[in-house]
Amino acid sequence: MIRLVQLELQKLWLNRTSKILIFISFILPFTVLVLSSIKINFFGFFTLELGELGIFNFPIIWHITTFCASYFKFFFAIVVVSMIGNEYSNKTLKQNLIDGLSKKEFILSKFYTIIFFSLAATLLIGVATFCIGMYYSSYTEASIIFREVDFLLAYFVKLIGFFSLCLFFGMLLKRSAFALAFLVILYILEWLVFWGAYEIFDSADKAFHVKNFMPLESMYKLIDQPFQRVVMTKFPDKAELGYDYAVYFSEIGIVLGWTALFIFLSYRLLKKRDL
Amino acid sequence: MENILTINNLTKKFGYLTAVKDLSFTIQKGNVYGILGPNGSGKSTTLGVVLNVVNKTNGDFHWFDGNVDTHDALKKVGAIIERPNFYPYMTAEQNLKLVCKIKGVSTDKIQEKLEVVGLLDRANSKFRTYSLGMKQRLAIASALLNDPEILILDEPTNGLDPQGIHQIRQIIKDIAADGTTILLASHLLDEVEKVCSHVVVLRKGEKLYSGRVDEMSNSHGFFELKTEKQSELISILEDHKLFDKIKTEDDLITAFLTEPMAAAEFNKLMFDKGIILSHLVKRKESLEEQFLQLTDNLN
Repeated sequence: MIRLVQLELQKLWLNRTSKILIFISFILPFTVLVLSSIKINFFGFFTLELGELGIFNFPIIWHITTFCASYFKFFFAIVVVSMIGNEYSNKTLKQNLIDGLSKKEFILSKFYTIIFFSLAATLLIGVATFCIGMYYSSYTEASIIFREVDFLLAYFVKLIGFFSLCLFFGMLLKRSAFALAFLVILYILEWLVFWGAYEIFDSADKAFHVKNFMPLESMYKLIDQPFQRVVMTKFPDKAELGYDYAVYFSEIGIVLGWTALFIFLSYRLLKKRDL
Repeated sequence: MENILTINNLTKKFGYLTAVKDLSFTIQKGNVYGILGPNGSGKSTTLGVVLNVVNKTNGDFHWFDGNVDTHDALKKVGAIIERPNFYPYMTAEQNLKLVCKIKGVSTDKIQEKLEVVGLLDRANSKFRTYSLGMKQRLAIASALLNDPEILILDEPTNGLDPQGIHQIRQIIKDIAADGTTILLASHLLDEVEKVCSHVVVLRKGEKLYSGRVDEMSNSHGFFELKTEKQSELISILEDHKLFDKIKTEDDLITAFLTEPMAAAEFNKLMFDKGIILSHLVKRKESLEEQFLQLTDNLN
């Protein structure tokens, strides 16, 4: 397993473009997080301190940072898609197989690398969130601090799921640009499914239930948007703002199911294909 | 003798097209094999199948004694097919390190193998800056990293300039001289003739011949003759039972043998009959002539 990750890391690390993209996908969310936590003075007109809004309080901070950080996954998605696209365009996939890598090992080396980077991203966000939280939060009892760390697990699963989807599209289409375009097409398709379900059930709630099983939506649903929750804390008496933002194991299960399917399909595709 | 590769009734279809049809042969240790055939005769497809990049339709093949998975067997094989494929953004050395990691061998031999192919001074240049000849030589270095049991080369001199072709040929000869088994696919017959001891001849995916190069055709060679008394010579040859076909081109007479006969013996015979030869050469058909004969017989 270590050999396979090493192989892939060498391929990525010596490529300048993917090195830069990996850097961005790690450093950018981190910087945004740090910047947003300091007091920003707008030329003396007013000062903006997001900390005062209470968003850096435990446990809501876990929710907010993981939600925002997950938008930066697109940078690493480009890396994932191009690490397949490049193997095809350089024909190095063929050479790797001739040199004695099995097709299974090839897919696994990509998948392990995805896990490796997802884990690294999760740990980084976890540590950063913990530090900022300790600095700003009004509550620092252990029971409150760690109450919603399951958002970190959700973040980890979300990254793995999304990158596995990218891996599959890369294998399917062989070209990086097409694979990224397909992500957009899938997004539209999911809304078409939603519309279809709405026509059948005549209920937006039920249609959303159906859409929740779709790959992109299931990943998005893992971490619900936190803004409504922030507003909720400001107006605790407005009951109609209430919504369910918790992480459910059923949601994690759906995403893991898709992940397994994407990896399996990628392997099947490679196995059946004449290179 | 130890078998390195055994292919039994291998068939590969691409849709309606049958690229390889019921092909069987074995590769034995220590020989240099050539796979011959015109373009599109199934050479590369056959190699693709045994190298795990093309899926077979029917039949089977196994490496060595048949107890290892194909991908593990390939770690003991060195192969270059069609074009050299490496990561353009890595240097030669980094590329070879990656190959070492895939094959699970130590990186000690990188310098040595780069020296064999004469690329040591460019070891730290990126692959994309290499010329085609250098790329092809790097591919050979990469195939040699694990000191392979067998080296497979598919059209190794394709697209190279004369110097490049000469360099690659010299490297192949040196490797063959070390006793490494080599399988060389090519449509360039003189290339195969210069290095191979055995050939497999393919046409349209079917095997026409496999065996030693010198046993490929059952002819006993021919004499090329010149003399002043041309008409007398021709009549003697026509009466003689040893010759079945006689060709005359200007003043050069070519007489084909039906049984073995040494040139000295023939010379003596002619002298006894009062014919003095000004030119006498005994030759065997070149591989090209034999190949054309073999493929023509089926037309």
